[in-house]
Amino acid sequence: MNFLKRAWLWFDDRTGLSGAIGPIARHAVPPNTATWFYVFGSATLFAFMLQVATGVTLAFIYVPSSGEAYQSLQYITTQTTFGRIVRGMHNWGASAMILLVGIHMIQVYLTAAYKFPREMNWISGVVLLALTVVMGFTGQVVRWDQTAVWSTIVAAEQAGRVPLLGGWLADFILGGDTVGGTTLSRMFAYHVFLIPALLFVFIGFHLYLVIKNGISEFPRAGDPVDPANYREKYETMVKQRGIPFWPDAAWKDMVFGFIVICTILVIAIVIGPPELGPPPDPSDIHALPVPDWYFVFYFAFLALMPPEIETYLMVFGPLLVGLLLFCLPFISNRGERSPLRRPWAVAIVALTIATISGLWAIGITSPWSPHFDAEPLTAEIIGADSGPLWRGGMNFNDKGCLYCHAISGHGGLRGPDLTYVGDRLSANELTWRIMNGGLNMPGFGGTLSNQELSDLVEFLASRKKE
Amino acid sequence: MSEKTGKSECTRRQFFVHVSMTLGSIAAVLVGVPIVGSILAPIIKKPEPEWRPVGALDSFKIGEFVKVNYVNTSPLPWAGVTAKSAAWLKRDGEEEFTAFSVNCAHLGCPVRWIEGARLFMCPCHGGVYYEDGSVAAGPPPRGLYQYPVRVNNGQVEILASPIPITTV
Ligand code: FES
Repeated sequence: MNFLKRAWLWFDDRTGLSGAIGPIARHAVPPNTATWFYVFGSATLFAFMLQVATGVTLAFIYVPSSGEAYQSLQYITTQTTFGRIVRGMHNWGASAMILLVGIHMIQVYLTAAYKFPREMNWISGVVLLALTVVMGFTGQVVRWDQTAVWSTIVAAEQAGRVPLLGGWLADFILGGDTVGGTTLSRMFAYHVFLIPALLFVFIGFHLYLVIKNGISEFPRAGDPVDPANYREKYETMVKQRGIPFWPDAAWKDMVFGFIVICTILVIAIVIGPPELGPPPDPSDIHALPVPDWYFVFYFAFLALMPPEIETYLMVFGPLLVGLLLFCLPFISNRGERSPLRRPWAVAIVALTIATISGLWAIGITSPWSPHFDAEPLTAEIIGADSGPLWRGGMNFNDKGCLYCHAISGHGGLRGPDLTYVGDRLSANELTWRIMNGGLNMPGFGGTLSNQELSDLVEFLASRKKE
Repeated sequence: MSEKTGKSECTRRQFFVHVSMTLGSIAAVLVGVPIVGSILAPIIKKPEPEWRPVGALDSFKIGEFVKVNYVNTSPLPWAGVTAKSAAWLKRDGEEEFTAFSVNCAHLGCPVRWIEGARLFMCPCHGGVYYEDGSVAAGPPPRGLYQYPVRVNNGQVEILASPIPITTV
């Protein structure tokens, strides 16, 4: 014990660590920031630390080669001691980061902590948000299975829509003009070197600013921010009533961080990492690339926007959102901070959450996709096992109608449900629609024989509510 | 500090500042050119399209689309399975063929040939194409991309090209 103490004293004398860190750790913070409301920023940091630790661990085993990454992932998941848990933690840790960054951001926005003098805190936070999102995407790609390959292609195609630069951007993302030997190495370099380096820089800057400008006090209605006297007021308040950050405020961060880390660990043990899809083979077309949950709302947004304006929305939508977030502290950097006096801020948050969850809910069922694995209609549903009705029902299965239209719960959601189409449309109208198609429906005039058409129409016309 | 020495001190210092900044910038540019150059290489260097065999002439039936696999335009030795590429190929006549890209002209998802419906369907956002590659429904802004096909010594060959990127 005595030896340890002497060793520490020697070390501290030569490095001056306690003198340098002590005052920072114990700096005074406003008394009302020591609430459970302030734990999300630090929890994000803890989750990030977990990502670094698990990420470095995975890099010990992972082979970032287009040809071999898939096998190394399988090896990590099934052979490596604890590999499954580490991969699981890295995956769920990413989810946790996205979630925590989102909550942290909403809370900073609602309490207007971005106002004077914390404009740069917010801006560095927006950069961190962007970097986190890029990490999410590149992370899904280095999980080098079929979905990863096709997501990369879809990303390159989206970049391709950028005016003038599109082609170059697409080649840059693919690392060439096809998915191949260069693609994964580049994604790996972004994911483990480039973006993390930027993350470290901006996290450091962000934390430095939190100390430099002080943690924003919990807002009170009727106490507006005025750049002329805010700093003075804040300093007096902290001097008179402040409490030391460590440990008076920090213990709550530690408790919550502990819960977050343990939750990630438990989920990683119980659920494990996401299943690897089929191998990353660009000639295997039986793929339906669906991104991880946190991008599903954007996936739905892409699918739902009208094709005429999608290029603009795809390119300028994210740019505009980024720009708005970036400019926020310049649009309003003074005045009321309390959400009670800022109904618009509350409305914007509510609207954003509602939109994202709405898109998310739709994204999960993806009603715009043909469902290739839809269950064929059975004789029971068709109501016959021979004759024109039966043949018509079988045509419905075979001609692909089923992929887009549902009857009695079988089939896709792309087109209208046809369970009771006989009540709505006459045989003539049905014939006309099948032959000519229409909005989002191909015309089948060229591919159906007369017999097939009349059977199909007879079958559809028989779909009535009793 | 007297006015005189202050002035000369300042010029001297400014000189050092300039020297340091200039040297620093020159070094950064010198080193930066090869670094940025290698990172941007995939944009700068374009591979030549190449004819790839996809099967013997008599293995294709007239009027039927089949998926054919071949090696993509720029295979690297370590690309492994990712050097593979695919196309939808149909024999139209004795020596005439049509080949379509498997990449949807919307956002590049793999389209499937649905034999019963004689349509190509895309799983991503409901893009549908007719047999001739033209858009039948959904968001694709144009028809499927077509690849040149030739018959060479009884072998059918496709001109392997980059993933078609739909630009505006
Ligand atoms: S990628 Fe085919 S419809 Fe969108």
